[in-house]
Amino acid sequence: MVDILQVTDDSFEDEIVKSDLPTVVDFWAAWCGPCRMVSPVVEELAKEYEGKIKVAKMDVDQNRQTPAKFGIRNIPTLIFFKGGEVAKMIVGAQPKSSLEEEIKKLL
Amino acid sequence: MYDIIIIGGGPAGLTAGLYNARARMNVLLLEKFAPGGQVLNTDWVENYPGFPEGVSGFELMDRMKGQAEKFGLEIRSEEVVRVEFEGRRKFITTNKETLETRALILACGASWKRLGIEGESDFIGRGVSFCATCDGPFYRDQEVAVIGGGDTAVEESLFLTRFARKINHIHRRDELRAVKLLQERAMAEDKIKFIWDTVPERILGKDGVEAIELRNVKTGEISQKAVHGVFVFIGTVPNTELVQGLLNLDDAGFVITNDRMETSVPGVFAVGDMRSKGFRQISTAVGEGACAANRAEKYLESFQES
Repeated sequence: MVDILQVTDDSFEDEIVKSDLPTVVDFWAAWCGPCRMVSPVVEELAKEYEGKIKVAKMDVDQNRQTPAKFGIRNIPTLIFFKGGEVAKMIVGAQPKSSLEEEIKKLL
Repeated sequence: MYDIIIIGGGPAGLTAGLYNARARMNVLLLEKFAPGGQVLNTDWVENYPGFPEGVSGFELMDRMKGQAEKFGLEIRSEEVVRVEFEGRRKFITTNKETLETRALILACGASWKRLGIEGESDFIGRGVSFCATCDGPFYRDQEVAVIGGGDTAVEESLFLTRFARKINHIHRRDELRAVKLLQERAMAEDKIKFIWDTVPERILGKDGVEAIELRNVKTGEISQKAVHGVFVFIGTVPNTELVQGLLNLDDAGFVITNDRMETSVPGVFAVGDMRSKGFRQISTAVGEGACAANRAEKYLESFQES
């Protein structure tokens, strides 16, 4: 288990938008089954790409503004950011290989 | 070389793993996500024996996983990309490695079936959902549509009453297939309005879902309903891409087995939602998992004697 950075509505700007590294944010909630299915995959990616990308999670139950800003209505949703801009949005549980493909595009 | 590899970590796969691990077989379970399968989408399971008060989908699967691991089942988080048979040899290629096994138990499950209508794919993530327990809370005080007539559709409608203002439950026939108890609950719920003999034609909207176009199958009448969300529960499609052309499948793509869970290839078994059968439940998946585990052991014994 890796400690994944948890971002909030307050820290999102500094941690994600202003990040020097490309970032991946996993929008999740405790009530969501498929979120639990992808979280080990997200944790593995965080470990394997440490120093190359920043991986973070946002609990949509505690943070309502950021998900609303990106129009998120399904979780899990993963948003890949590069230079503070949305590079890709993936809705629903996807296997590790497809997430890795997206990460490689960001590097 | 493994004695047995199991692909898929839902109830069927975890039960096969539990039995094989307890029999001290050299067994490995491969799962591309965290184990649990579709049960993880179920808010509350009330028809699994041994839990008279019901149990959450999370807890049930956590317990099944823990129980299998207690007997030494190894679970690896890898995605299987290819399965190959060469005589009696069976090769499993994942995103990381190629493994060989003597027997194979397929427990790959099924995925949500899509409507295949205009607007559906465009609005996935923007109003079209296949999981009320995931996305329901995004529809607080809004009006939504639920499509389908089985247990899952009705359960998800009932779950949505916690959040949505009104649920238009759309079904192509004039009666539900769901069990009576669920029907009674749904009929008693003020927020759920049934629209019978009706199918969705198009999902409409700009940035997100704004309406659904409906057609009455008896009168042919077309109408529109303003909704913010469309929840689709019209059944499942089997996850059988890996074995297409390798095993006998039925017309809908489910794997054909006999009552010993044996497929058309000796030493390859199929269990759970991917198997061709009439009834898909946690309890049936578990029974099939146990059966396949036992038959796989018997297969290996005969193999060693010959």
